[in-house]
Amino acid sequence: MPTTSYAGAEVTLNDEGFFTDPRQWTEAMVPEIARQEGIGELTDRHWQVIEFMRHEYESKGTGPTVRVLGKASGVSVRELYGLFPKGPAKVAAKIAGIPKPRGCI
Amino acid sequence: MLGGGTAGTLLANRLRRELAGPAAEIVVVDADDEHLYQPGLLFVPFGLARPEALVRPRQRQLRSGVEFRRAAVEHVDLQTDTVLLADGTSLGYDVLVVATGARLMPEETDGLLGPGWLEKVFSFYTLDAATALQRAMAQFDGGRLAIGVMDMPIKCPVAPLEFGFLADWYFRQRGIRDRVELTYVTPLDGAFTKATCNRELSGLLGDKGISLVTEFNTGEVDGSGGRLIAYDGREVPFDLAVLVPLHGGQAYVDRSPGLGDELGFVPTDPHTLQAKAKPNVFVIGDAADVPTSKAGSVAHFEGATVAGNIRRYLAGEPLDAGFDGHTNCFIESGFGKALLIDFNYETEPVTGRFPGRAGLPLLRQSRLNHLGKLAFGWLYWHVLLPGRDIPAVPSRMPMTGKRTADAAHPRPAPDN
Repeated sequence: MPTTSYAGAEVTLNDEGFFTDPRQWTEAMVPEIARQEGIGELTDRHWQVIEFMRHEYESKGTGPTVRVLGKASGVSVRELYGLFPKGPAKVAAKIAGIPKPRGCI
Repeated sequence: MLGGGTAGTLLANRLRRELAGPAAEIVVVDADDEHLYQPGLLFVPFGLARPEALVRPRQRQLRSGVEFRRAAVEHVDLQTDTVLLADGTSLGYDVLVVATGARLMPEETDGLLGPGWLEKVFSFYTLDAATALQRAMAQFDGGRLAIGVMDMPIKCPVAPLEFGFLADWYFRQRGIRDRVELTYVTPLDGAFTKATCNRELSGLLGDKGISLVTEFNTGEVDGSGGRLIAYDGREVPFDLAVLVPLHGGQAYVDRSPGLGDELGFVPTDPHTLQAKAKPNVFVIGDAADVPTSKAGSVAHFEGATVAGNIRRYLAGEPLDAGFDGHTNCFIESGFGKALLIDFNYETEPVTGRFPGRAGLPLLRQSRLNHLGKLAFGWLYWHVLLPGRDIPAVPSRMPMTGKRTADAAHPRPAPDN
């Protein structure tokens, strides 16, 4: 599995670029991962979503889907796409250092 | 028992047998007395099923000794073990079963029910819409037909794919396939949620000339302009759209403090099927948040575990973590053929035969599977709903007859 370094620390990612071990993540890594995902400037709204992702992962063991994000994060789906144009659930999960949201079957 | 659909009916009947005598009083609550054979809905738009043949009275599907109470649920009070009904009465319980399934929420997608609804924009997930779609399909003489899934989870996640395969067959029968452009639009990153199936089903879409648009999260349906518009700005034009609306749990779940999640589904232990909210609440069928398909076969396989665990709970015994996520679906592929898939929480759908070496072919088109799908209609009313086991088909997923080389990389078990 590929490793890379964010904010001076070594982390392990899977083939799609998601953290395999969310414990390796720190807040200091956020701006760098966000830049890689094409997000230059992080606003409070971005942070609100990132914190929500971490919280959901820690309480439920999986990241939320975009629909759950829109219902529960306090940021509407339309605004989420404004903040993370390439797909809020996936991109925010990457930046928050959690595995790809499992979605539904 | 809240809900007299597939899950509630089969569980009530099973429990009536297993909790013999007057030791348990079983009451099934539902808002209406119309039991709809949902697997039949797919066939209505193609004139392959008569709408009126799909509905029977709920009450008639219940064994004697099961009481049917026709009332809508206002909310559940978990603190006092009481169900408040919309008619102002209430029911106390020792054990509550939530079996009220999923609710369609077309109103949650902008424009879906706006101009063009039931003219150019349809669904086949209700009897009325499927019936209206049958007329529109019969009149459709060419153009762009878009099949779109708004977002997961949905009931029977293979159904919209089957709609595409049958539409290809239908327009070929009518001799106008060359004038119809079929597009399958999904929020997923492939045709289906499971990697092995995804390969097979994407290939089948290609073979049938159905284009695939992935990672498309529909934000708006423009019925008059004939466009699906994604949140990211992409558009899919259509002359006829067949959409699967958003799903959630029933509204009373949202009104019952502590019972449901953000979408109204009920957080449930995936193996014991006990609700996380309280030990005397169990969940069966589409109402649960367990990570498997929302499908009748799942409710059937869950039945044995839930019935056993209710008996154990009442006897003060430890619960059995017996449910493995077993799911079994026939996928109609048109031209009198179908595929069969069989999987659980840990094992992806694989090739081989089901339920053993001499059984139906898995993950491959075959006439036998189509016959199996047709036979299922009879099994549903006469074996599934009465809460009986299907001969030779175990509740836990069988491995005999399966080519496990395909399953060398099983998905990790969900750990919630």
